[in-house]
Amino acid sequence: MAKKQYAFYPGCSSQKGASGSNFLTSIDVMCDKLDIQLNEIPDWNCCAASIGYAEGGELPRLAIGARNLALAEQHLPGQDMVSGCPACWLASREASERLNGHANLMAETNEALKEVGLNFKGSVKPRHMVEVMIEDIGFEGMKKPVVKQLQGMKIAGYVGCQTNRPFGIAGESFENPQYLDKMIEVVGAEAVTKYDQKVTCCGGALAFSEPEKSQKQIRSIVESAYDHGAEMIVTPCQLCQANVEIYQSEINKKQGTKFAMPVVYYTQLLSVAYGGSAKQAGLDGHIIKPKKLQDIAGK
Amino acid sequence: MAEMKTAAYICSGCELGNRLDVAQLSKIAQKEGKMALVREHAFLCNEEGVQMIRDDIEKEAVTHICIAACSRRSKTEAFHFPTVAISRANLREGVIWGIAEGEQHDEVRQEMAGDYVRMGCAEVKKMTLPLGNPNHAHNKRLLVVGGGMSGMTSALEAAEAGYDIVIVEKEAQLGGWAAKLWKRVPFKQPFAEPQDTGLAELAGKVSSHPRISVYLSSTIAETSGAPGRFSVQVKGAAGITTEEVGGIVQATGFTTYDINKLPELGGGKSANVIDQAGMEALARTANGAAIKRADGKEVKSVVFVQCAGQRDESGTHLPYCSGHCCATSVKQAMYFKDANPQVDTVVMYTDLRLPGMGEDFYRSAQQKGVIFTKGKVSTVAASGDGCEVKFRDLILDEDTALNADLVVLATGQVPTAGVNLEAWNPIVTAAEGGSAEAKQQRVEMQKTSVLNLNYRQGPDMPQLKNGFNDSHFICFPYETRRTGIYAAGPVRRPMDMLQATEDATGAALKAIQTVENASLGRAAHPRSGDLSYPIVRLEGCTQCKRCTVECPFGAIDEDERRFPQFNESRCRRCGTCMGACPVRVISFENYSVDTVGNQIKSIDMPDEFSEKPRILILACENDAYPALDMAGLQHHVYSAFVRAIPVRCMGSVNTIWITDALNSGYDGVMTMGCKHGDNYQCHFVKGSELANYRLSKIEDNLKQMGLEKERVISHEVAITDSARVAELINDYVAKIQEIGMSPMKGFN
Amino acid sequence: MTNANQQAVALYSNDFLREVEERVEEGEWVKMCMQCGVCAGSCPLGNAWQHTPQKLFMMIRAGKREEVLTSDSMWMCTSCYNCIVRCPRKLPITHIMHGLANYAHRLNLAPKGQPTREVARLFWNSLAKTGRVNELKFSLAMYFKDGIVQGIKNAMAMQSIGLALVMTKRLNPMELFGGHKCKDPGSLHKMIAKAREIEDRKKGFTS
Repeated sequence: MAKKQYAFYPGCSSQKGASGSNFLTSIDVMCDKLDIQLNEIPDWNCCAASIGYAEGGELPRLAIGARNLALAEQHLPGQDMVSGCPACWLASREASERLNGHANLMAETNEALKEVGLNFKGSVKPRHMVEVMIEDIGFEGMKKPVVKQLQGMKIAGYVGCQTNRPFGIAGESFENPQYLDKMIEVVGAEAVTKYDQKVTCCGGALAFSEPEKSQKQIRSIVESAYDHGAEMIVTPCQLCQANVEIYQSEINKKQGTKFAMPVVYYTQLLSVAYGGSAKQAGLDGHIIKPKKLQDIAGK
Repeated sequence: MAEMKTAAYICSGCELGNRLDVAQLSKIAQKEGKMALVREHAFLCNEEGVQMIRDDIEKEAVTHICIAACSRRSKTEAFHFPTVAISRANLREGVIWGIAEGEQHDEVRQEMAGDYVRMGCAEVKKMTLPLGNPNHAHNKRLLVVGGGMSGMTSALEAAEAGYDIVIVEKEAQLGGWAAKLWKRVPFKQPFAEPQDTGLAELAGKVSSHPRISVYLSSTIAETSGAPGRFSVQVKGAAGITTEEVGGIVQATGFTTYDINKLPELGGGKSANVIDQAGMEALARTANGAAIKRADGKEVKSVVFVQCAGQRDESGTHLPYCSGHCCATSVKQAMYFKDANPQVDTVVMYTDLRLPGMGEDFYRSAQQKGVIFTKGKVSTVAASGDGCEVKFRDLILDEDTALNADLVVLATGQVPTAGVNLEAWNPIVTAAEGGSAEAKQQRVEMQKTSVLNLNYRQGPDMPQLKNGFNDSHFICFPYETRRTGIYAAGPVRRPMDMLQATEDATGAALKAIQTVENASLGRAAHPRSGDLSYPIVRLEGCTQCKRCTVECPFGAIDEDERRFPQFNESRCRRCGTCMGACPVRVISFENYSVDTVGNQIKSIDMPDEFSEKPRILILACENDAYPALDMAGLQHHVYSAFVRAIPVRCMGSVNTIWITDALNSGYDGVMTMGCKHGDNYQCHFVKGSELANYRLSKIEDNLKQMGLEKERVISHEVAITDSARVAELINDYVAKIQEIGMSPMKGFN
Repeated sequence: MTNANQQAVALYSNDFLREVEERVEEGEWVKMCMQCGVCAGSCPLGNAWQHTPQKLFMMIRAGKREEVLTSDSMWMCTSCYNCIVRCPRKLPITHIMHGLANYAHRLNLAPKGQPTREVARLFWNSLAKTGRVNELKFSLAMYFKDGIVQGIKNAMAMQSIGLALVMTKRLNPMELFGGHKCKDPGSLHKMIAKAREIEDRKKGFTS
């Protein structure tokens, strides 16, 4: 079977030594088993995320997003652009839709892109890795390479914001998207279907600037997972993963809770289910060790 | 008249044959029902079964038939035999569907079926074939009162359907309020811009239509008669002309609420505070150019104040929402923005009500830059060259103010409905008692009348709420309580132009239906097509006037000798007069004190020690009886101890039925009628309310008979209450079993 | 008052709505709000906002320029996009909030030292310098934004987390001396400058 090829946009947080680096590790095993080939876009730049708005303004932000799109068009023609990070995907898709929808913005952006010798045609389609999994592989396809069932694990699927809004995954509702639960079931684990904090905001970039307000969000996300009997949280988002995992110790310290809820990526679940080792699945990259998952991977 | 020959037909289809002993039922019809002919059929409503009945009517000269099969509400087309009197024994919905299955219930189920056959036989023997109103009249012309948007639309629609029309308009030209508008709220795609009113074209069509004749500058001096034979005196500049018509549409519209009653909002205080009608006048003058105030100054800022003197909870102003004013203000705000986008245009509202495509119109106004501010205006006062609008910002929760060159108050619609009969009646009574003051008041009041009906019940139509002419806003639109007279447009309820045109079409169709029914001697809604009519035995009448007073439709006048005089064409056949009559001299050919009384007495009453109580249900045929049928259909199982009789309306229930039932040993009586009171659902408006009043007096009778008051119970039942009726029955049966069997058994 | 602000006040006199429509990203949508309040009820940090989006829109229409632009409300936006997907009028509320914050920042009316304002600026600067965000430098800059003493305290407070991240290879101390970047940051700077120049011209900033 021919490999599926995509123009890959890893994003800053997935770089070596960055907070989401273990995401990138786990994606390798997963893609390998699913015959997906990710071709990194050469010289990609930061997407500016949502927080870039204050200093960046509209057009500089669009230009930054368009640069990546133009690079993909130029170097990897005909391939969809795929990002594992919701912020990267969102910024790219926003840029693509706004520029394709407004001829004047497109002209202005291309005027700026001329400074780096690029031109954006508007043809490349920015997609999220989750879209590739659901639309190109399908749940049945995801099931095929499974060699290890994660039986007996109860997992809360935490979708968060930016993979879900404003664009979301086609066919899913904004209020109660189902795909993460289905992925949990694909690997033989039990999904917490009544997880009421599934699409709650973790505070995003405000985890830095408004720690108390964000930690209140994070606390309810973790608490609800416990309340519904989950032993692990799984998420598709780098920022969600980092915020929800990292700040549990802070919350424990300040509020006397005893949170130790592992938070992993869906890619890590699949990697383990596909027979990847704990290291291959990036399970060593967690402050709160996903013990049970490590045990299964080690078997 | 041919001699009565009776026949009973007992169906064994639809499982009836398996669940019931049909042979035994035949025997009952023969021996107890005394039917001359009794036939069984396995599928009575099929072609063969129907042909069998037809043959008996033709060859055996059968005149009265009892069909023991399904509910009278089923198979009405198959069992339509217009030349004979028919009763229906409800064995399917009423017995095998509603009563518990299983052998242990066989006995009570069979007893119930037997009683329904007895009742059907007893009923039909007291019926005669309705022959139709002998006083029917054939005039099919229609009078339309009012030549505005509603009136013209009614006239055109009816004329296009082939009816001749007379329009009477009090102004010197057609058009009403619509003619005073600069533009109208859009009713076509994309609902974004004010539209031409199209009024000139409409008025042109009306004026030139060969079937329409128009009286301008004219009013109605007197209306008499009934559907199919109204006589109308039209008073114009040239004197009085008599027009004969069959039906009437009243489309007399509205006036605007008097702005002078709103001084706190600057009404009557400042020339720069106007109402929406005044705003239309300014826009017409400007004719698309910059809009100027009365003093000639070009308006640079304008505030529209919504709900001015409307939706008022203090009791001072109009309590209701007039419906159109939000869209009208949006439209008028666009007048400004379209002429000059720089004009500051603010619509100040507490709730913006723009139903349907009004939402698109609202968005369009926002696109044009009209500012919508959610705020409650406290005062509008002259300030400098313009006005200061003080208001509470309901979003920012603060008191603040705005200045504007012009303020437009969105005042409401006040219906032109004529005399309020509730105020009229006491004055008439006082005047008849000799009060000179009341006589003068009556004269003054009469001047405000629209129709000047010479009915005993007063010169105009009864008003439902807040002065609007209607009988029910939802269930029976356009229907009024004066048969053959229909209300259309804002005189019926507050509405906009689009709704008024729909209303006008609906009312025209209703008027057509009524003249057609009248010409055939048949009833109008809701017993449309009924050929029976009230027959009164005047020799027994005590002139108590209850029937004339209680008739919800003003169908009964009094003659010179103070006897009731029935206008059959105005009658809706509810039987409220029959229920009212203390001497029981009023009846219909197929519905009378005897047809029901005979059923009640016909059943096989078990003795006191049988532990089988019998409970009579008198159920309104409009809601409660269908609910009972539906209970059967949906298998909401109920007790087999009840015997249900449909009545035309609770208002037709004569209390003699109840006392007779109790005297003959029934253990309890349940009445099931429609909701009455302010939000009534009675199909005859007042029937259930009157019944409720009459039944409230029944306790005295019970006391005299030495019976517990629980032996008669009344319920309001809606057509959707199928599950509830079963519960009500079962609860009541339990209650009766608790009280014990009636001591009245066995005396008859 | 900054020059840019003086110029804006002069240009739009008291028509703040028009100013927002012309100068704020997606600002032309403000007039379409129908004041239902769903945005306010949907915001995860709603309680922290002095003025919810619904109120901000009303204030803009009421011409409350100073109050809106100096508000720290829109700086509470976490970019969760809940308001966008729920708005029955399909207003891009998140973007309008970003646009308002950006405009207030641009005119230097935004609250001084507002933490999110600082984070946003540092983040942008980090990315604009090399083309990629350097998480360590960005974090350190965050800690030291209030001065060296406070910075050391902040860093100490988060030390355990930092150490844990280092141990799990998710924070690389070596990043301080180089780290990830685009090949030619110079031309990237030019691109951003060009984009800004076009935007300024378009929105009528004289600067």
